[in-house]
Amino acid sequence: MVVAEPILDVRGLHVHFGRQQVLRDISLTVSRGETLAIIGESGCGKTVLLKTLIGLVQPRQGFIVFDGQRVDRLNEQQLAAERTRFGFVFQNSALFDSMTIAENILFPLRQHRAKERRQHQQEMLDRLREVGLPTSVLTKRPAELSGGMRKRVGLARALVMRPEVLLYDEPTTGLDPIVSDVINELMIRTRESYDVTSIIVTHDMKTAHKVADRVVMLYPQARLDTDEPQILFDGSPTEIDRAKDRRVAQFVRGEAGDRLMEMRKETSED
Amino acid sequence: MATGLETATRRRGLLGGIYDSIADVGGAVLNAVATLGDMTLFTWRTLTWLATRLPRRETLFANMYQIGVLSLPVVALTGTFIGMVLAVQSYTQFRAFGLETQLGGVINKSMFRELGPVLAATMLAGRVGSAMAAELGTMRVTEQIDALSSMGANPIQYLVVPRFLSCLLLIPSLTIMAVFMGVVGGMVYCIFVLDIDTQHYWSNSQKFVENWDLLYGVIKSVFFGATIGLLSCYRGFHCEPGAEGVGSAATTAFVQSFVVIIVLDLFLSILLDQVYLILWPQSPVALSL
Repeated sequence: MVVAEPILDVRGLHVHFGRQQVLRDISLTVSRGETLAIIGESGCGKTVLLKTLIGLVQPRQGFIVFDGQRVDRLNEQQLAAERTRFGFVFQNSALFDSMTIAENILFPLRQHRAKERRQHQQEMLDRLREVGLPTSVLTKRPAELSGGMRKRVGLARALVMRPEVLLYDEPTTGLDPIVSDVINELMIRTRESYDVTSIIVTHDMKTAHKVADRVVMLYPQARLDTDEPQILFDGSPTEIDRAKDRRVAQFVRGEAGDRLMEMRKETSED
Repeated sequence: MATGLETATRRRGLLGGIYDSIADVGGAVLNAVATLGDMTLFTWRTLTWLATRLPRRETLFANMYQIGVLSLPVVALTGTFIGMVLAVQSYTQFRAFGLETQLGGVINKSMFRELGPVLAATMLAGRVGSAMAAELGTMRVTEQIDALSSMGANPIQYLVVPRFLSCLLLIPSLTIMAVFMGVVGGMVYCIFVLDIDTQHYWSNSQKFVENWDLLYGVIKSVFFGATIGLLSCYRGFHCEPGAEGVGSAATTAFVQSFVVIIVLDLFLSILLDQVYLILWPQSPVALSL
């Protein structure tokens, strides 16, 4: 088996918010072209990890190496330039509500390629077609679109700079099963046509099985023993179905199990 | 949850209480110092971006329209009424000494030096400052500020600089409008309602009010505008999650701006009087100080 070249390397990452520790000693390597799903229950630090990758959250300890460069050693301008090599699809789309859909998709191009103005329009229409949206949405505001449509606009905006790495934050959360599957298909199609590395933060096992070729499971740091690693599982989607760890198996099957007892205990302690 | 934890870690007994109080004061001081440091950095970054790259014309003009043009009617209206209220309040006292013809001097000088700039700044903080904090706060909560950063744009340069610059550039015009309407309001009330002689009203105004008074008000207003722009944007950027967080950012932006404006007003008044003394040491006003 040929070992693919790593594009992202996370080393010994510790992230805190105030006194609360969210990530503890996370180390992870992502290969070029790989599709990695980061799964785990709400509050386990998946989104924080995703944001730390592009410097939106500063780690207290540890660092990220992107394409051979340490992200924490970049100055503001270099970091801004590196970020254009990433596309971030936010959980609630994070479209600019003061702008139209067209202005939203054009935003990165206007910021970074102001001189190539003539090609902007075509680029925008191409990305819109790829995500399966009609041109009639272009003049609308984000608030006028459904959740699924907003997600697709978010993807079109993330794709417009032709990124090397796509980061998806809970792409199917809050969508009906049909639209969720449309988004899954879109992620697969995007990976094929752009040859992009994808990192998908999700708690939807269907997405993990269908789209990812590697799955990493994080566990809330506060509920771990001090010597336990926060990454409970790292392997292929088929391997996770056979995982021995009780917590991993419960998550895959979507069972509350002894978590219910734990929650009762936590509330009685309060 | 935080409150629950804090309550849980409270110590018992008198000594415990004293210990906790000291810890609370220490915590508050640490917080205040951290916020002040953070604000200074925020100001520094805004000024650096302002010096390195001016905002795009369309972004700047859209903000100027919101901040300046749409504030004009309310500033003009309140200015007119403040001028009239000044006339009503001063009239009885001045009349007792038979000095009612001097009203023009008092009303106009107060409008130029104090009420015009403070009123325009208060209206701007209330109308624009809290709206800016709420808008940026919503952008923070809905991850739009993160989205800006993720696309390689700088949120300070894109969101703060145009708002700060609009406040800074347009508050002098709003102040002049407040002053002008205050002068008109005071004049209308004195001449048409209180029946004060027009000739005396204006000649006294001319005697007391100098060009320096206009400059004095405008200089103050620039500082007020900068305060409103920076504080409101800072509050929006550091908004807590949820509807409550956005509401609190908007309120805090107004309250803090207002307090800083009033405090700044005192120090600027003292400073500008000293400047006047240095520039015109022989003038009658300087000799009387």
